[in-house]
Amino acid sequence: MAVLVLVEQEADDLSRQAIAFAGTLGEPEAFLVGGADVALPVQRAHVAEGLGAYAPGAWATALSEVIDRVQPSAVVAAGTERGNEVLAHVAARRGLPFAANCIAVDGDTVTRVRWGGSLLEEARIHSPLPLLSVAPHAVPAAEGAGSPEVETFTPALGDADLLVQVAEHVDEVSAGVSLAEAKVVISGGRGVGSADGFGILEELAALLDAAVGCSRVVTSAGWRPHTDQVGQTGTKVSPDLYIACGISGATQHIAGCKGAKKILAINSDAEAPILASADYAVIGDLTEIVPAITAELRKARTP
Amino acid sequence: MRILVCVKRVPLTGGKMVLTADEQAIETRHLGFTISPHEECGVEEAVRLVEQHGGEVTVLTLGPPEAEEQVRETLAIGADRGIVLADGGEEWDAQATAAAIVATIEAEQAAGGDFDLIVFGNESADSGNYQVGIRVAHALGRPVVTGLKGLAVDGGQASCEQEVGGGRDVFRVPLPAVVTVLEGINLPRYPSVPAKLRARQKPIETRTPERPEPRLEKLRLVVPPGQGKQAEILGQGPEAAPAVVDVMRELGVA
Ligand SMILES: Cc1cc2nc3c(=O)[nH]c(=O)nc-3n(C[C@H](O)[C@H](O)[C@H](O)COP(=O)(O)OP(=O)(O)OC[C@H]3O[C@@H](n4cnc5c(N)ncnc54)[C@H](O)[C@@H]3O)c2cc1C
Ligand SMILES: Nc1ncnc2c1ncn2[C@@H]1O[C@H](COP(=O)(O)O)[C@@H](O)[C@H]1O
Repeated sequence: MAVLVLVEQEADDLSRQAIAFAGTLGEPEAFLVGGADVALPVQRAHVAEGLGAYAPGAWATALSEVIDRVQPSAVVAAGTERGNEVLAHVAARRGLPFAANCIAVDGDTVTRVRWGGSLLEEARIHSPLPLLSVAPHAVPAAEGAGSPEVETFTPALGDADLLVQVAEHVDEVSAGVSLAEAKVVISGGRGVGSADGFGILEELAALLDAAVGCSRVVTSAGWRPHTDQVGQTGTKVSPDLYIACGISGATQHIAGCKGAKKILAINSDAEAPILASADYAVIGDLTEIVPAITAELRKARTP
Repeated sequence: MRILVCVKRVPLTGGKMVLTADEQAIETRHLGFTISPHEECGVEEAVRLVEQHGGEVTVLTLGPPEAEEQVRETLAIGADRGIVLADGGEEWDAQATAAAIVATIEAEQAAGGDFDLIVFGNESADSGNYQVGIRVAHALGRPVVTGLKGLAVDGGQASCEQEVGGGRDVFRVPLPAVVTVLEGINLPRYPSVPAKLRARQKPIETRTPERPEPRLEKLRLVVPPGQGKQAEILGQGPEAAPAVVDVMRELGVA
């Protein structure tokens, strides 16, 4: 049976993970919006034309038309903002349940992510048409170019479908190394003590070409902007090394950094919960340890 | 402006997830409770809009009777009144939650009090269904913009901003509308002591909706692997710096 996959041009790798996930349920067929690359490892690609700038209602209408035509056994999307949004619209319109951020499916039972990944839930989905999004990096991406049969169509949109549509895009150039892409992230928590206390983290970061992050206590106190926050309600990072300075290791913080290859905790409390999530730890006062690491690196680099 | 904000009481889990013996819930005997940071920002945003344009903020929650605590905290931020929908001690799935919220809004409308703006978190802290706001908007036939990092209301129109790769996408929708917001849209205030005292006098009513059978039925919770590592201690204090640099070299980052 066909399984329809919502493919997003802007989320190629995550969409390919969704295709791989769909492959465990049946024969994946892609739903895409005109302009997107159709060279995907699927049997058939349904391409909606004439949608213009992103409009969740219009995407849901177009996807719904394909559902009616193809009669798939399930509909899958990547667990991105748009993937979850469009499936929620389809679910609302059809009066069906929607299971967001699944990592596995077995018959009518899904395993899905709760608490940003700190907890899992097994749930039964009571539905003639399971609507599932796939949590990022739950499965490897489906590789290969593929040459699906392409069916192009122009969905019949109503006025309401375009009431919510991107009207304008404002470019913003961010300075420095991006938190989400940095190879090293150095984050500070309450233990840093003040906005100025981040100076020593910045100094070390400059040496390592690292990005500086922080915990929610820090953003709530106004020491750093929310764009620097790592965690469940902040940015998810996946550097080679994550250095957590003066951060206790609440599950909601760990939810944002557990994608790191290695975690180093610098904490004055040898009993801090972060030690159960970290690979390495240095116990002591970060205001002494961080400058000592900076000095050691500088020493090692001077010939 | 009349604004409704929907919030959900959740446990403030600490360093690890501990489940009850039946694997149906988080063990909360030693935990405090809170609401999602997204929802806290939703309350702050609503209060700021009313400070600017006049009106009233109502906060709604579906939860246990104790959820009154969380509603009271939002009244201290500046919301005016609260409604607690008693959940009967059971978890409601997203579809049932949305239906209960819609029924409450329709009852408010019937009593002559419609909402110009209905504010949700982008996703709930615990179940993260990413859908209750969208379902409510659909049932009411109103536009919904999700994941907001910016919001301005002017002349019956809401200008909504999402953060996307390389900048911001702007949506403009007519009111009445539904929005879902993200932490970072504002920096919520700390309630002052007088504000907390005033909050004690504000009205909170309780209603008891009927829970339908869940269509996304929780079977059990599972703690994912990875919790409970044991970090290798590289040393104590600044003397550990050479060991840290060694690790950085091994990882190829120094
Ligand atoms: C739904 C929800 C979502 C959340 N989302 C996020 C999120 O996205 N990101 C996030 O970070 N939090 C989030 N939180 C908050 C989270 O639960 C914690 O409150 C927060 O992470 C704690 O921050 P912290 O570790 O900086 O502070 P604390 O928990 O106070 O820890 C401070 C640590 O610093 C150490 N310390 C103190 N002084 C020193 C010193 N001189 N040298 C070395 N160590 C020192 C202490 O031993 C302690 O371990 C969320 C909470 C909820 C309920
Ligand atoms: N039990 C509840 N009571 C009130 N509002 C809720 C409840 N559950 C979810 N919501 C609202 O819906 C948003 C999205 O939830 P969800 O679809 O579960 O991710 C939350 O951030 C809340 O604003």
